[in-house]
Amino acid sequence: MKIGALSEIFAGENRVSMTPDSALQLVKLGHSCCIQSGAGAKAGFSDALYAKAGVEVLPDAAAVIAAADVLVKVRGPEKAEAEALRDGQTLISFFWPAQNAELLEIVKARGATVVAMDMVPRISRAQKMDALSSMANIAGYRAVIEAGSNFGRFFTGQVTAAGKVPPAKVLIVGAGVAGLAAIGTSVSLGAIVHAFDVRPEVAEQIESMGASFVYLEFDASELPDGAATGGYAAPSSPAFAAKQLAKFRELAPEMDIVITTALIPGRPAPKLWTADMVALMKPGSVVVDLAAERGGNCDLTVMDQKIVSDNGVTIVGYTDFPSRMAAQASTLYATNIRHMLTDLTPKKDGVIVHNMEDDVIRGATVAKDQAITFPPPPPKIAAIAVQKPKEKVKELTHDEKRAAEAAAFKAQTRNQVGMLVIGGGLILLAGLYAPASFMSHFIVFVLSVYVGVQVIWNVSHSLHTPLMAITNAISSIIILGALMQIGSGSWVVTVLAALAVFMAGINIFGGFMVTRRMLAMFQKS
Amino acid sequence: MEIGFTTAAYVVAAVLFIQSLGGLSGQESAKRAVWYGIVGMALAVAATLYGPGAGNWLISLVMIAAGGAIGWVVAQRVQMTEMPQLVAAMHSLVGLAAVFIGFNTHIEMVRVAGLDEAARALLDGFAHKIAEKGAVELSILRVETFLGVFIGAVTFTGSVIAFGKLAGRVDGKAKKLPGGHMLNATAAIVSLVLLLVYLQSGSTLALLGMTVAALFIGYHLIMGIGGADMPVVVSMLNSYSGWAAAAIGFSLSNDLLIVVGALVGSSGAILSYIMCKAMNRSFISVILGGFGGTTGPAMEVTGEQIAIDAEGVAAALNDADSIIIIPGYGMAVAQAQQSVSELTRKLRAAGKTVRFAIHPVAGRLPGHMNVLLAEAKVPYDIVMEMDEINEDFPTTDVAIVIGSNDIVNPAAQEDPNSPIAGMPVLECWKAKQVFVSKRGQGTGYSGIENPLFYKENTRMFYGDAKKSLDALLPMIE
Repeated sequence: MKIGALSEIFAGENRVSMTPDSALQLVKLGHSCCIQSGAGAKAGFSDALYAKAGVEVLPDAAAVIAAADVLVKVRGPEKAEAEALRDGQTLISFFWPAQNAELLEIVKARGATVVAMDMVPRISRAQKMDALSSMANIAGYRAVIEAGSNFGRFFTGQVTAAGKVPPAKVLIVGAGVAGLAAIGTSVSLGAIVHAFDVRPEVAEQIESMGASFVYLEFDASELPDGAATGGYAAPSSPAFAAKQLAKFRELAPEMDIVITTALIPGRPAPKLWTADMVALMKPGSVVVDLAAERGGNCDLTVMDQKIVSDNGVTIVGYTDFPSRMAAQASTLYATNIRHMLTDLTPKKDGVIVHNMEDDVIRGATVAKDQAITFPPPPPKIAAIAVQKPKEKVKELTHDEKRAAEAAAFKAQTRNQVGMLVIGGGLILLAGLYAPASFMSHFIVFVLSVYVGVQVIWNVSHSLHTPLMAITNAISSIIILGALMQIGSGSWVVTVLAALAVFMAGINIFGGFMVTRRMLAMFQKS
Repeated sequence: MEIGFTTAAYVVAAVLFIQSLGGLSGQESAKRAVWYGIVGMALAVAATLYGPGAGNWLISLVMIAAGGAIGWVVAQRVQMTEMPQLVAAMHSLVGLAAVFIGFNTHIEMVRVAGLDEAARALLDGFAHKIAEKGAVELSILRVETFLGVFIGAVTFTGSVIAFGKLAGRVDGKAKKLPGGHMLNATAAIVSLVLLLVYLQSGSTLALLGMTVAALFIGYHLIMGIGGADMPVVVSMLNSYSGWAAAAIGFSLSNDLLIVVGALVGSSGAILSYIMCKAMNRSFISVILGGFGGTTGPAMEVTGEQIAIDAEGVAAALNDADSIIIIPGYGMAVAQAQQSVSELTRKLRAAGKTVRFAIHPVAGRLPGHMNVLLAEAKVPYDIVMEMDEINEDFPTTDVAIVIGSNDIVNPAAQEDPNSPIAGMPVLECWKAKQVFVSKRGQGTGYSGIENPLFYKENTRMFYGDAKKSLDALLPMIE
């Protein structure tokens, strides 16, 4: 199949959906590639680089659409592009089918197949093609960089000859992919990072990134379970929302940088950073609102613009963070696309098999064979296992621990004394009846068992196999018995004894030899 | 004079044997320790041949030489992966030898009992010792002989079956005849009754009957135990062979036999104890076969097993700084230890930290994995025990599981209804990424579903372990 990448026609979009690297990988799948001239220029990939990677560079969009069986793009198609699709052609790009019903009708009428990268289900297997996550990752990083460039101080605290600089305090609201990326970036720049999320189960992830989780005092049963919604946040109850805002109001005066990333699928962004919180912040502070496209988490956010509030707080409402890092974003997106095509080409022979039984492919496909296939049925596998109620391990108090230890010691003493009494009693009883000759051997036996136990406990674990081999070799000491009998009595005895000597002989030599072989193999590095 | 000398030689030999076991506390001292054992054995045999009671030097020496030659050749040729079979086979020899020696004692007893005073006085060697015994001593001798033959016979058939299972000649699954443990119990009771009969009459028939019963117990007991429990079985048989030697030592009034038998017996018992502890199961439940009863339905496993190819594994390994490899029986089956070693060498050359995590019951013999890795020249100081390494998993980039299953099963900790609940396991799922090299999607030997394979950070690297690793090797930079 021929894969064709189109230029982005949306104003300000710098990304491209195919890189020379991804093209090389696509060729390995048995496909051939073409690209519209200049498509990668804004992301730093020249036509020459593509040509070098074996990609056919075509002069304009019409030529690519005519040549390619599969079109790849970043942004969803404009109306004109959608109308240019032909029957049986496949388009892979972002699409947002819920918001673009009209476009969906057009592609359906054209008979084209559309794979929407934003509809890839969030299951483990599909992570490699989850373009939303890879773009969110970039957005989170870039948000911190934007905040830094509008913030007049260092992130990290420093003590210099010219005076002491306090570290910047950063609050991240919403610990999705973008939020976690923002946490990681600001922590590595040296800031003190706090993070909040309505899903308490992400506290662990937040702390693993080096930020501290902002806890609300709330009963756990009233919290929504993030797993039920495929890992996305659900709207929160009014009581919860009120508590949350109160907490933010408390934090606002201290925070130098606030990055909000809270989004709920299919709804306008929740208002979390109200005008009065902005008013409480110090002049020179920065708010970066990653939810600007959906109305913003901050009251004052203006989409696609950077504004300064009355009290000198900068509020960044850009919506094109990934495009601002076009080279990185294109590389990741092209890789996501490449993985999608890998799944669509199961035999790696350049033949696309659109398997509608596959959860991932089914979920992402929004139009096929002149029919709209959106919304998809729920995937067969839940993205995240349902949280099991955790049993609480009871913390023991100091006294209880002492009591438990004392009880254990008592039980141990009782066991030991009991064993000694019983064992000693039995031996004494045996002594009453058994003759002295037996008892003298018995002492040897009991002491040997004791010595054996003491010695064997010290044997290193890794030498257990040699231990078995060597004990096996020395257990053929039984040969002594045979040697003592071999010369005594009838021929039957002699034959049996001789056989015993023979077998023990095998054992002695075999056991010691094999132990030696094994031990010689152990080497220090 | 001669008796004094022999006893002195026995004392020296006993000390050497204890030294030889004690020396196994470290890899370096162990190399010396094995020589103590060899010298001790040589001394004991020489002293016995020289001392009183021995006769037929020629036959003895020829037999030792013939057996020794066979043992030598076998020991040189055996593959390290075949170690469990070899150990089991050698146990069976000790068991059979104990049976023969016990029979001899019996035959001698019968012969001596039939002689009159004058003839008794003329006896020498072993028969002479018996002739000197009083009535009580004779009964004790009978008990000792009986016990020696019993333990020896159980050890013999048990070891033969264990050998068959380990070598793959007998089906490794747990199998029982109809009647199950009742059969064993019946055989044991029959043996006990025969002991009483034998004590009273000293009849040869009773001894023979008991031998048959004991042979059956050994066979049926081990048939009922599955492949994964073999480490316990082999160390248990090791222990039995020791006790058999000790019982024979009592019947022959030979202190060295008693000392060594007790040493070997307690050594095997401790190994069995360690293995059972590592599986969180009681010795009884292992020996009687099968897993302990579960208290409810096992937790359902959700998610899917995600496969990965060699390229993906190589990329992750090239990026990783710290790697832990967890080998299991599957590595031994696929003979993949050389490839594992080569992988380790390459990764270490690239400056990565590579370590091995060994579960106490990995493989089919206590310490089996250590020997295989040593054979493949993996340095022993990067091979760690479970307790040493378990807490390092959260800071590890990649954990590679090669052919192990139950010992990395998180159900042991998470699911109180799992048959292996409470068993200490290697917590590899706490590593950032886990690769599982496995032949297919099955549940492995024990038939317990392993939630590890469904975890989000786990990738399944399907295929024969050796082939998978060989495909991986050229891609490691």
